[in-house]
Amino acid sequence: MKILQLNNVSLLKESKSILKGITIEIWNGYIHAIVGPNGAGKSTLANTIMGLSGYRDSSGDIIFDGKSIKDLSIDERARLGITLVFQEPARFEGLTVKDFILSGSKIKSKDIAIEALARVGLDPIKYINRAVDKTLSGGERKRIELASVYAMKPRLLLMDEPDSGVDIDSLKYIFDILQELKSQGSTVVLVTHSPEVLKKADHAFLICGGEIVCKGDAQKVFEYFVNKCSPCKHIGKPSKD
Amino acid sequence: MQENKEKLLYELLSSINQHKLPPDVAHIEIHGNEVLNAHLVKGLEVEAKSFEDGVDVKIKVREVIKNPVRFCFGMIPPNGIQKIIINTTVEKDASASFIASCTFPNAKNIQHLMDAFITIEENASLSYFERHVHGPDGGVTIVPNTKVLVKENGRFSTEFELIKGAAGVIEIKYEAEIGINATTNMKARIFGRMNDSIHIKEKAHLIGENSTGVLTSHIALKDNAVAIVENEIIADAAFSRGHVDCKEIVQGNAKARAIPIVEVNNPKAHVTHEAAIGSVDSKQLETLLSRGLTEDEATELIIQGLLK
Ligand SMILES: Nc1ncnc2c1ncn2[C@@H]1O[C@H](COP(=O)(O)OP(=O)(O)OP(=O)(O)O)[C@@H](O)[C@H]1O
Ligand SMILES: [Mg+2]
Repeated sequence: MKILQLNNVSLLKESKSILKGITIEIWNGYIHAIVGPNGAGKSTLANTIMGLSGYRDSSGDIIFDGKSIKDLSIDERARLGITLVFQEPARFEGLTVKDFILSGSKIKSKDIAIEALARVGLDPIKYINRAVDKTLSGGERKRIELASVYAMKPRLLLMDEPDSGVDIDSLKYIFDILQELKSQGSTVVLVTHSPEVLKKADHAFLICGGEIVCKGDAQKVFEYFVNKCSPCKHIGKPSKD
Repeated sequence: MQENKEKLLYELLSSINQHKLPPDVAHIEIHGNEVLNAHLVKGLEVEAKSFEDGVDVKIKVREVIKNPVRFCFGMIPPNGIQKIIINTTVEKDASASFIASCTFPNAKNIQHLMDAFITIEENASLSYFERHVHGPDGGVTIVPNTKVLVKENGRFSTEFELIKGAAGVIEIKYEAEIGINATTNMKARIFGRMNDSIHIKEKAHLIGENSTGVLTSHIALKDNAVAIVENEIIADAAFSRGHVDCKEIVQGNAKARAIPIVEVNNPKAHVTHEAAIGSVDSKQLETLLSRGLTEDEATELIIQGLLK
């Protein structure tokens, strides 16, 4: 069953065409990857699905669970179960890890925050009362972001560049929790330029110059990406082969 | 008379949710120009003299005082003036922490004027936390004027909090001279709403080598509130370091202005400043929106954090 469908979605930015008629289907319960070189339009696509400001005037349609969400605000989309993790998560002054994790959770109990922290491999005692501010390392911040996603139990998680600013140890926890979310029924969309991250997905789309150039089984897209896309000079104009 | 005093004391303390304190906690309660109650501990000397519309208080901290000393200043009637003059000396090697609650729960037209002179002697330290509790109608004019001298190895920190109730008119003026190896931290956290008018003027003068000064103002404004924040750090001495941090979230018709002044008169000194004024940060907001919070809930959470 498909949870998300994009029909001919295009987006202009300063009269430059960034997304060019994207049509994809995201099937429920899998880990998907949207992969492509720098500047391909991957983040733009994720931001458009979430409906962030500056990404709301796309053409075409975005269908979630059979209904168009194009006119919904970010929080309305979130309440349907869509969420997004930024490549560089925001830093908040004073907001505690506990309150942040529970912000998206239906049940506001400290135990949920403790469990979520433990799931991403952070000692709850050490972190729960800290602020989600600049003093956290990049990897810690990203794991806390995922703890908050875990507490929210989204139906569709969009995650931009899961490995950026993260060391190998943290990355392991991140992929573990993505698997956990999948096993609980969430659908995950990873946005990445990394073949290594692509390998963690079940299914993938390759985007270049704002167009989908290849899709299917992650292994197949991996081979295409590594053998055809990477040697190409990233001119952002997908060639016919 | 005695009965009246007890009633006032009860109302004053109820408004700040403070009742029985253990005997090893010093506390002083001043209503209008009258000292209602004072309980001291060893190492703390307080002398108070009433005058027409206020109290002149002299405080000496002679030892290390373990528990925070509680001050309560306030007025129960809706109208009046309260002037507090405080001279505080923290003697060599002594230290204390003061928690002052200023409470005007029924204020319609109240002026609370405070002139404080604080001397932190060598190796001494004082932390001063001032929390204001105002009624919902504003009607309070608060003018704290504080001069601080922090001598060698001394430490001074002050925090001003006004988050609950309407601020009214606030004119805060703090000036600190900071000596060799000494540090000063001044922080204000204020939530202004309706027609509140907030003016903060803080100045840290780094005169001793290796001295440090940090001035922080975190302010959230809504409705028609107005805030002006002037933070000034002057660094004269080698290896002195200063930082100004001014963050203001502005909503509705509120207006904010920040004027950081940074002056460095020694090539070995270093002063930085950061100021961010505007609506709620869009990335913070969108993060919380994407967890399903409404815009109001998300804004509230961000402001609560900023004022924490
Ligand atoms: N506001 C904007 N105005 C003009 N061009 C923009 C704007 N935002 C993005 N772009 C352009 O759109 C293209 C796609 O950007 P996007 O951030 O989606 O790429 P990406 O695939 O996520 O790349 P990366 O791997 O570097 O994150 C880039 O060429 C970028 O410069
Ligand atoms: Mg990107």
